Amino acid sequence: MQTNRAVEILVGMFVAAGIAAFFMLAMKVSNISTFTEKDTYKLKARFDNIGGLKTRSPVRIGGVRIGRVASIEYDDKQLEAVVTISIINGHNRIPDDSTASIFTAGVLGEQYVSLEPGSSDEFFKDGGVIGETQSALVLERMIGKFMMGVGSSNNNKTNNSKKTP
Amino acid sequence: MMNWFQGLGRSSLLLFERTGRAALFQIRIFMGLPSLIRHPGLLVHELYSIGVLSLAIIVISGLTVGMVLGLQMYNTLIDFGSEDSLGPVVALSLVRELGPVLTALLFSGRAGSAVTAEIGLMKATDQLSVMEMMAVDPIKRVVAPRYLAGIISLPLLAAMFSAVGILGSYMVGVGLLGVDDGAFWSQMQDKVSFEGDIVNGVVKSCAFGMVASWIAVFEGYDAVPTTEGVSRATTRTVVHTAFAVLGLDFILTAIMFGDN
Repeated sequence: MQTNRAVEILVGMFVAAGIAAFFMLAMKVSNISTFTEKDTYKLKARFDNIGGLKTRSPVRIGGVRIGRVASIEYDDKQLEAVVTISIINGHNRIPDDSTASIFTAGVLGEQYVSLEPGSSDEFFKDGGVIGETQSALVLERMIGKFMMGVGSSNNNKTNNSKKTP
Repeated sequence: MMNWFQGLGRSSLLLFERTGRAALFQIRIFMGLPSLIRHPGLLVHELYSIGVLSLAIIVISGLTVGMVLGLQMYNTLIDFGSEDSLGPVVALSLVRELGPVLTALLFSGRAGSAVTAEIGLMKATDQLSVMEMMAVDPIKRVVAPRYLAGIISLPLLAAMFSAVGILGSYMVGVGLLGVDDGAFWSQMQDKVSFEGDIVNGVVKSCAFGMVASWIAVFEGYDAVPTTEGVSRATTRTVVHTAFAVLGLDFILTAIMFGDN
């Protein structure tokens, strides 16, 4: 079968376009360019309740993403969740008395770990443990507390109204 | 009543026979693939007629699908005030599902049916028997290049479909509807993982490529060598590929994304 040069060139362009599309997906669309696992250091934080935090959830300082949650484990002895976060090496000046909290982005958004910088002159190193943590706010628990509060204040009111006449 | 049972038995036996023939045919194709190394010209020619000529429909479909997705998703997401996540929604649905599946369906309509008709007509006009008489193996000469060209083309076409679709939704979302440019791309990069989504999408499209080209060459090679037989084989290619791709997609999705 005779394959002329134009056909070969077109096929070459086709394959090149396909590979270019694949590279665009890899570089522009996926996370491969923004974050590689290699140049990071790890910190640990213990939480009573992590809410809906997942591995690969973002870690932020002042709203800027500086890392990701690497793993989540449960410590059977201390009955706490241990969250390991990996932070990009460039951000290695986090005071070692910083606090970690779990917040929710927006009302329906994903949960993330937020670090509040402390005032210490010492910085976290690889394998450091964040001492002060604040657990995730679980909506049901908050609603429960709120309902309790409303219920008791209503009772007080009715009691008062009975007394006054 | 007896006739009905007889018919049932016969058709199920025929079904098993065809399935067995198809599986044996697959093995024969694999045996024929190494000979392509000595004749790369055959493969290049088939890549042209299967891959390059499918480019137009894939690119145009990808663009319109991406634009429509951008428009529809925007209208839904704006109710929640989260129109910034248009990027990840469109990218994930294209890369994970729509890219590989729609490309496979379009591919079977554009290229698979053509391959079936071509091989079927070769059989109907005794070209395949003539090749055998000249000691040319039609599997090596006719079937294997088309099969391999399909497997190579489909992942490339699917990647182009997804990429063009994302550009289309970018044009509509950012250009027309006013989604923030930075948020569109950064949220997309935040949510789409390379190993989890892009690679799995490519694996999917490779699997679809195998199935679609297998069905196309088998239906052609197995066609009843008459005008009517070829036309029925061509129809069967498109229908069976659609079933196979959609069923396989569910299985692959359950394996790949079922546990999160």
